[in-house]
Amino acid sequence: MFRLLTDPTDEFVRITIDGVDVSARKGEPVAAVLLRTAPFTARTTTVTGAPRAPYCLMGACFDCMAIVDGVASQRTCMIAVCDGMRVVRQQGKRTQTP
Amino acid sequence: MTTCDVLIVGAGPAGMATAMRLRKAQIDVIVVDDARAPGGQVWRAAEQSADGMASVLGADYRAGREAIARFRASGARYLAETEVWRLDDGWRAFTKHRGTIDRIDAKSVVLATGALERPVPFPGWTLPGVMTVGGAQTLLKGARQIPQDGVWIAGAGPLVLLYIAQLRAFGGRIAGWLNTAPRSNLWTALRHWPAMFRNAPDLAKGMAWRSQLALSNVPIIDVRDVAAEGDGQLETIRYTTTRGKTHRVDASLLLVHEGVVPNIHATVALGCAHRWSSQQQCFVPQLDAFRMTSRDDLYVVGDGGGILGARAAGLTGELAALGILARMDRSSAKDRERESAVLRARLERETAFRGFLDTLFLPRRAVLMPDDETIVCRCEEVTARSIRQAAHVRGSGPNQIKAFTRAGMGPCQGRQCGLVISQIAGSESGKDMDSVGYLNIRPPLKPITVGEIARAAKLESP
Repeated sequence: MFRLLTDPTDEFVRITIDGVDVSARKGEPVAAVLLRTAPFTARTTTVTGAPRAPYCLMGACFDCMAIVDGVASQRTCMIAVCDGMRVVRQQGKRTQTP
Repeated sequence: MTTCDVLIVGAGPAGMATAMRLRKAQIDVIVVDDARAPGGQVWRAAEQSADGMASVLGADYRAGREAIARFRASGARYLAETEVWRLDDGWRAFTKHRGTIDRIDAKSVVLATGALERPVPFPGWTLPGVMTVGGAQTLLKGARQIPQDGVWIAGAGPLVLLYIAQLRAFGGRIAGWLNTAPRSNLWTALRHWPAMFRNAPDLAKGMAWRSQLALSNVPIIDVRDVAAEGDGQLETIRYTTTRGKTHRVDASLLLVHEGVVPNIHATVALGCAHRWSSQQQCFVPQLDAFRMTSRDDLYVVGDGGGILGARAAGLTGELAALGILARMDRSSAKDRERESAVLRARLERETAFRGFLDTLFLPRRAVLMPDDETIVCRCEEVTARSIRQAAHVRGSGPNQIKAFTRAGMGPCQGRQCGLVISQIAGSESGKDMDSVGYLNIRPPLKPITVGEIARAAKLESP
């Protein structure tokens, strides 16, 4: 859906999204990586299970919530990518052990 | 725990200007901000961006780098990636930085938390593939990423024109702009024309964006209605032109924007008095001449007190700083009057354009009063119909509607639906917006885990 404007000084790291290895620019918001990685979504809703993608990118809409390094309901637009980060798209309601 | 004279929440143009003016008088200032670097939304990542990137983004963005450098050198203590999730009287602010909870005590608090894009409920706006123009611009500035294919834009406002110009400069492609601002607005807006010329640079900037766009091959289509359709993601945009013809186009990405509104989350939670601005169609906190709210020693600077733009935001920050200095007996009444007179004159010039813009880009009625099928509360997936039905229960205001329908109870806590709920409640009851009011907001103001709340307990007393 989106593409990077790369710069020679960029530093790339590896993260996983739902267990799949993905390349990401160090320090970019996790939501930006989700918008480059099919199916371009972050979670499904708690009420109807509808898919949602990052929407506002400034921490206000909460549609980009996902499980980051084991912590659920993290706004991925507010979290910077670091090496080895594990991102899991959040499915429906939270469970006790995400 | 830390103490300071003045705590400033937000390091955008307004927060930084407040801090710098206070530092001139050697006041002990802490600035907290949820981003990784100062600049706010308008100057997001300006400090880190390469020269080439900053130049393409424009002179206003480049100017941000200077402001940030001066702020960094001002001696204000700056805490990045730090959110205030609770603010108690006195003032005691509970903060969160990554997993760490802390408390900052301050004599005065300045909220410089800016604006949010106006919620734009329309059919299909929750589909993946629909995003805000502001969100896409944040991705450009903060993550250097642009839409893969030709992108559709629906809406109106200065940000739409700016983003189109910026995206084209980076080699992005606009499939089309569905302009939702009725042409007739222009005639009403032109009654503000004498004032516009008092801010000639902004007038020239806007006209340059518009004329570049006119010379480009970007299709501009005047529409009265837009809908997003698709199974689990955006596939088709359906729009109805102002002439009444309905069209469908294939699309994978639609960016929407209908202006920005003050972020009143914290001021509502703190019980500040607000009033309805019919010119800007939003609630604004009531402020005195030096930006103090109805609560003593609590200030709002920048767009959080009404939308005036980035340059005006800095001036309002300086005004608040003067107010704080006077209340701390750090300046004479005479000095304050002299300096504030200069600031007010500049502020008047900077905002001369505002009446024109507010009228030209007045959000269309469908966005303020969505039709029955449209989801209003994205989090709890509550439609306008459910909200209207709840509003019909005798005397229901926003908080009764919330209790009946769960609208506003989800993770975003009404940030995306609060304004629309109030507007529907107002329209159904026939009451004026000041008596309708807004959702009650309670802490935590930002998401926080139970473990983090537990860790805050030992910071409670005294």
